[in-house]
Amino acid sequence: MTHHQPKGTTPVLQLTGVTKEYTGSPPLRILHGIDLTVDHGELLAVVGPSGSGKSTLLALLGSLDRPTTGRLCFEGHDLAALTDPQLAALRAHRIGFVFQQFFLLPGLTTVENVATGLLYSGAPATLRRTAAVEALHEVGLGHRLHHHPDQLSGGEMQRVAIARALVGNPALLLADEPTGALDSASGATVVDLLRTLNAKGTTIVVITHDRDLAASFPRRIGIHDGRIDFDERTPHPAGAPR
Amino acid sequence: MTPAPRRTRLRPTDLLRLGMIGPRTRRMRSALSALGISLGIAAVIAVTGISSSNQAHLLERLDRLGSNLITVAPGNGADQKPAPLPPTAEKMLADIAPVQQVTATGATKAQVYRNDLVPTQQTGSLTVLAARPNLLDVLHATVRSGRWLDTASENLPVTVLGDRAAQRLGVTAPGERVWLGGQWFVVSGILAPNELAPELGTAALVGWPEATAHLGADGTAATVYLRSHPERVPDVQAVAAATANPAGPSTVAVSRPSDLYTARSEAKNALTGLVLALAAVALLVGGVGIANTMVVSVMERRGEIGLRRALGARGGQIAAQFLLEAVLMGLTGGIGGLALGALTVYGYALAQGWPATIPLATTAAAPLVSVLVAAAAGIYPALRAAKASPTDALRSA
Repeated sequence: MTHHQPKGTTPVLQLTGVTKEYTGSPPLRILHGIDLTVDHGELLAVVGPSGSGKSTLLALLGSLDRPTTGRLCFEGHDLAALTDPQLAALRAHRIGFVFQQFFLLPGLTTVENVATGLLYSGAPATLRRTAAVEALHEVGLGHRLHHHPDQLSGGEMQRVAIARALVGNPALLLADEPTGALDSASGATVVDLLRTLNAKGTTIVVITHDRDLAASFPRRIGIHDGRIDFDERTPHPAGAPR
Repeated sequence: MTPAPRRTRLRPTDLLRLGMIGPRTRRMRSALSALGISLGIAAVIAVTGISSSNQAHLLERLDRLGSNLITVAPGNGADQKPAPLPPTAEKMLADIAPVQQVTATGATKAQVYRNDLVPTQQTGSLTVLAARPNLLDVLHATVRSGRWLDTASENLPVTVLGDRAAQRLGVTAPGERVWLGGQWFVVSGILAPNELAPELGTAALVGWPEATAHLGADGTAATVYLRSHPERVPDVQAVAAATANPAGPSTVAVSRPSDLYTARSEAKNALTGLVLALAAVALLVGGVGIANTMVVSVMERRGEIGLRRALGARGGQIAAQFLLEAVLMGLTGGIGGLALGALTVYGYALAQGWPATIPLATTAAAPLVSVLVAAAAGIYPALRAAKASPTDALRSA
């Protein structure tokens, strides 16, 4: 933390011996000693059956929760050293989330929903709106700016949610079962979108239980019973890092 | 590496917009919660407004009737029997410097009946009084119908009845006869009610000479009415008893009817205290309603809470959003209640012919109190929303 590393060599995420326990009797240990490094510009899938601990891992990666033991660094910051408000600010500025259930706010239009992604970063309203319109164009929903969520299809809703996660140019996009609630065609569109965004430089971690979906990603981390089962890479024609 | 991001504040306009989300998307529920507060506030406004309008009306009437009237009447002597005023009382009281006008009624031994067939015990609590010609002038009293006694009729068997006396005697119009002191008297007029001399309402008034000649009046006054210089009323009150009866000032009852009148109207306000307590309970119930709505809202919106935490909201910002939502509901309810209460007051005052007034303090306090009640109601749900773990909130939604 004291030495300065040039940008690009600092991993986005670096986990060393990370465990997570939930208090109770006996305490429930969900993650056992996870070691993991995610570099800038990666597109990776964390795959595992339900109950394997992958959702808990996502919460830790997104700083929504803290490890019980071990070290978790985000862009070189040891999260243990940051206060809760600092973690909130980190999420507001550097991390974007996409969820299976979309979590679009029903009373707001598409643009307003996407602009909410910048609300807690302190950006003024006009800037939030401009950025939201831009992000919606980027996910191919430039024609749906003033629709309400109940007027959109599932695939469109998930694209709105992706635009909301992207609108602040985060260092890391975390997607929790992004295609879980979609039919295969809409799911494919969403995965294509994630791939396009990654090609433009966004670091993306997708959590899924779908092995076929995971297989299409350049890096796959298998997780089972709270331990990393495998960490495989497919050589990428475009030359992904490492 | 990038520096740690700085914590950011929500702008007030953004916070306000956040607070509006709940009321905007759950209109019916929010409106009903606000209605609870509205009813409490409306009750407070209506009660205080109607009471203050009534007060304003009384004061207006008192101004017309004059608050400088003093009555001097026989009180009880040492033996607890009424001690009559000396025959000189009227003259002596008229000589007090600030006294501008004097008039009197005199007691008689006669009773008044509907006709000569009514048994003599059934007096109907009516009295027969001798009246000075200037009685109505001094009291600012008027006849509702007919004519007051004049120099001719005050020597004749002619009477003017108080409004309640006329009612009890079944007299509806001047010209009818009543059986008074063993003979028929013609009713020449009926008085309009007068707040300053309610005792005249149950009296049959006859001319002083007629009363002395035929009805056993001994010339002493039953009540002396004084009009004092308005600024010297207390001075006159202080010396009136000794002036009326120098031999026994303690047997003289001096009073200022406007004081009694005001006291009576204030006694009525004791009842408004009770109604206000009920209104406070209504407000409390309204507050519980808001708390209930907010608790349900926080449970229903766990997904939104989790999402906002993921988007970088701090717990405090979540709490502020929900607290503001409660406060906005309270404010809406308070303003609605103010409007509803004001409408009630104006309607009621209009129907009664009163000047409508609502105390300024109440008007200002109504929205403030409703905001405070709503804020108190919103604190627990807001803190619950803030404390919810983001991962739990996202998982269970």
